[in-house]
Amino acid sequence: MLNRITRFFASRWGIILVGALIGILGPVLQKLGNPPNMGICVACFERDIAGALGLHRANIVQYIRPEIIGFVLGSTIAALIFREFKARAGSAPIVRFVLGAFAMIGALVFLGCPWRAGFRLAGGDMTALTGLLGLVIGIWIGVLFLRTGYNLGRSQKTYPAVGWIMPILMIGLLLLLIFHPVFSEGGPIFFSEKGPGSLHAPLLVSLGIGLLIGFLAQRTRFCTMGAVRDVILMRDFHLFSGLLAFIGFAFLTNLLLGQFKLGYMAMPIAHSSLLWNILGMLLAGLAYALAGGCPGRQLFLSGEGDGDSAIFVLGMITGAGIAHNFSLAGKGDAIVNGVFQMGGISSFGMIAVLLGLVVCLAIGFTMRQKVA
Amino acid sequence: MNTTVDARGLSCPQPVIMAQKAIDGGNFPIEVYVDTVTSRENVRRMAERLGCKVEIALQDDEFKLVLTK
Repeated sequence: MLNRITRFFASRWGIILVGALIGILGPVLQKLGNPPNMGICVACFERDIAGALGLHRANIVQYIRPEIIGFVLGSTIAALIFREFKARAGSAPIVRFVLGAFAMIGALVFLGCPWRAGFRLAGGDMTALTGLLGLVIGIWIGVLFLRTGYNLGRSQKTYPAVGWIMPILMIGLLLLLIFHPVFSEGGPIFFSEKGPGSLHAPLLVSLGIGLLIGFLAQRTRFCTMGAVRDVILMRDFHLFSGLLAFIGFAFLTNLLLGQFKLGYMAMPIAHSSLLWNILGMLLAGLAYALAGGCPGRQLFLSGEGDGDSAIFVLGMITGAGIAHNFSLAGKGDAIVNGVFQMGGISSFGMIAVLLGLVVCLAIGFTMRQKVA
Repeated sequence: MNTTVDARGLSCPQPVIMAQKAIDGGNFPIEVYVDTVTSRENVRRMAERLGCKVEIALQDDEFKLVLTK
């Protein structure tokens, strides 16, 4: 029985079904309270968690997002049931941490991970196209490195307890979310009172949907970066069909729920700075490709015992703290008193993106095994 | 002469790239060792797409895939 389920989820229909389901559930979460065109955004939600813990003080983006907790724990549950929970670690952890940090900085310059790029596009935000273009270019550069021997080395099988660190960390976050302790006067745990951080679906709904997606994504290996990479690297459209289903069904659900608004400027939590939308996502895409998974996939892997993915996730959360503390993150377009104000990024943000690209290229060039 | 590919501990897409190189090399049968179900399924899918027959055996908690044409 378990084998038959595994075969189904590994099939083309399995990945399409799960992609479609994520595409439907994102806009539904938005309807139930999550921020606009941000039903689910792994990068933004990890950034909100960083803010809730006080790792940054941008008071409009602070909340412990139950979706992230659900993604990891749902994956853990699936891996345990199907006997795939395997503690492993030790494939260049510090490199993965750095890649995670720059992946987050790139994502926050654009204002979203690949999932949110899809949800933005499906909500009618045409600036998402520039982000997706950058993402594809970044992954394409990553594939060039993969083709010429780029490799972060083998992980080792390790103590089961190592694999449990991330799931236990998530249970800890869940407790902080439920009990909302305040550790000092004016100190964390912070929950936003205004802005995107204050917008959220009911806790149990978010957690339940997170668990469901975590479970199904662990079974199908749903990965947005992998989808594009496999097409470029070996003309394999398996994961890509899941990505198409995801965007297609998100579009249809937005239409049904009246959440589709076509436009390019002043879109929700987005800016129309063409160049930096492209370059931000290019940096993120390259970092995901070098690390072997999009932010969502890294969460699912960390749930099934992959300590290296866990390090990437912690790198992302740290990167979010850096991005907001050092004013690197993008600022959305706004309409103030009827006047359009274009958003974008600070010169610090521009320097950080360029620095990130230099670091990622250096990683790509210097960490290659000689190809015979 | 057969070929052995040890892709244990390597994350995606390394096992697939290594197995594909071995298939391009043409020395069948090819034995591919992987240690996750993800890698097993990815290598299987790629090899079947390239017209190989794939037999899978479980050894301890690792997998051995034998690819033949």
